[in-house]
Amino acid sequence: MARVFRPGNLKEALHFLDAERAAVLAGGTDFMLKAGRYPGAEFAVLSIGHLHELKRIAIDAANVLSLGAVCTLSEILESPLVPLFLKLPIAEIGSPAIRNAATAGGNVCNASPAGDVLPMLYALDATLVLKSHGDQHEMQIRDFIQGPGLIRIAAGQMLTEIRIPLRQTWRCTWRKVGGRRANSVSKTSFYALIDRTSRGLGDVRIALGAIAPTVVRSREAERIILDAYRGKPSQRCTEIIALYDALISPIDDSRSCRDYRRTVSLGLLENFLTEVMRI
Amino acid sequence: MDNAICFLLNNRSVTLQADPLRSLLDTLREDFGLTGAKKGCGEGECGACAVLVDGRLVNSCITPVIAVEGKTVFTIEGLRETPRFQELSRCFAQAGAVQCGFCTPGMVMAAEALLMRNSFPTEQDIRTALSGNLCRCTGYSAIVAAIMTAAKEGEGLWPASFDPGI
Repeated sequence: MARVFRPGNLKEALHFLDAERAAVLAGGTDFMLKAGRYPGAEFAVLSIGHLHELKRIAIDAANVLSLGAVCTLSEILESPLVPLFLKLPIAEIGSPAIRNAATAGGNVCNASPAGDVLPMLYALDATLVLKSHGDQHEMQIRDFIQGPGLIRIAAGQMLTEIRIPLRQTWRCTWRKVGGRRANSVSKTSFYALIDRTSRGLGDVRIALGAIAPTVVRSREAERIILDAYRGKPSQRCTEIIALYDALISPIDDSRSCRDYRRTVSLGLLENFLTEVMRI
Repeated sequence: MDNAICFLLNNRSVTLQADPLRSLLDTLREDFGLTGAKKGCGEGECGACAVLVDGRLVNSCITPVIAVEGKTVFTIEGLRETPRFQELSRCFAQAGAVQCGFCTPGMVMAAEALLMRNSFPTEQDIRTALSGNLCRCTGYSAIVAAIMTAAKEGEGLWPASFDPGI
């Protein structure tokens, strides 16, 4: 039987992690499936889903949104502080019952290539606050996630907060391709942001999910897209798509196949470039 | 470590000694004999095990019992004692919304969770609220119609509220 510790507060949780290697349990929607695969296994578990200190949602003076690691997806959707460009992908995750339990921090730490919270965090240059007993680090999400299920976290460290720099002018495009409307794991996903004001297009960000070991984002390609939009001599749409084609490496699995994923992913990109960006 | 877990189950305070990672569903069915919540898929896909925890719909099959420490758990057996259940039951029967019945407790709990937050739901609101509940008899339209009728004819049973969504 697993030994489960339910701390009274964050300090106790970090103290426990300092002394012992433990699996961290938040909402349990993935954890319970994984734990079920090892019946009778002896392991230590730190249960943190109830910690109010990790449920804070706030925006600071620099317009950075903080999401506590164990905020459920429903709590994020219900918060008036969270902008629509973050809510759209979250609203399509799981089902109401899953969103009532699953947490943002859990989705990040699972590091699934198909995690639907991840593309927007990559596109927004989100950072993660990693706390340990007496120490605190902040890390870019792209540095934190190393591969499927692999995260860069030191012994004793715990994800406590997701920090997202906001811009009120961001507009997002989100497309999730799954087997059904609810409770589906993405076959592929597409998240893009544009910052278009009366002065023109200020910025563009594109993140592709479920088509490589980690989310695919290319700053170089984004710069080329901006140039193309502004009418500078630059690559055409087909050449931009070829850039992304070289970056993705979709796989065959029970949900989809590589050809489908590649075709649909690049099709969504093409649609964005021609219909939204009008390149 | 002390494994005593306390929570409010259908308005009754309960304490049990259990593996903290035991599913809430197994605890309800086997330790408390509350067999209204069903084990369909056992992995959060089908909603047959849905119960309310602190008023929110969750899949009890993937809820570790330690997660409900200090919380209120409400099952179909608890709901049965309320006038809201009478209304839902009447409307489900009238619309023919029950076929094999296996999904029905989960469907009713999902309806209760919706109507508590949104007493004037649109058809789309209802379909979204039921999106995590599978009916293998595929009787969805009758279930949606039943909930629509319950909202209309049961006006006043649920607190007047309107959920604007996202």
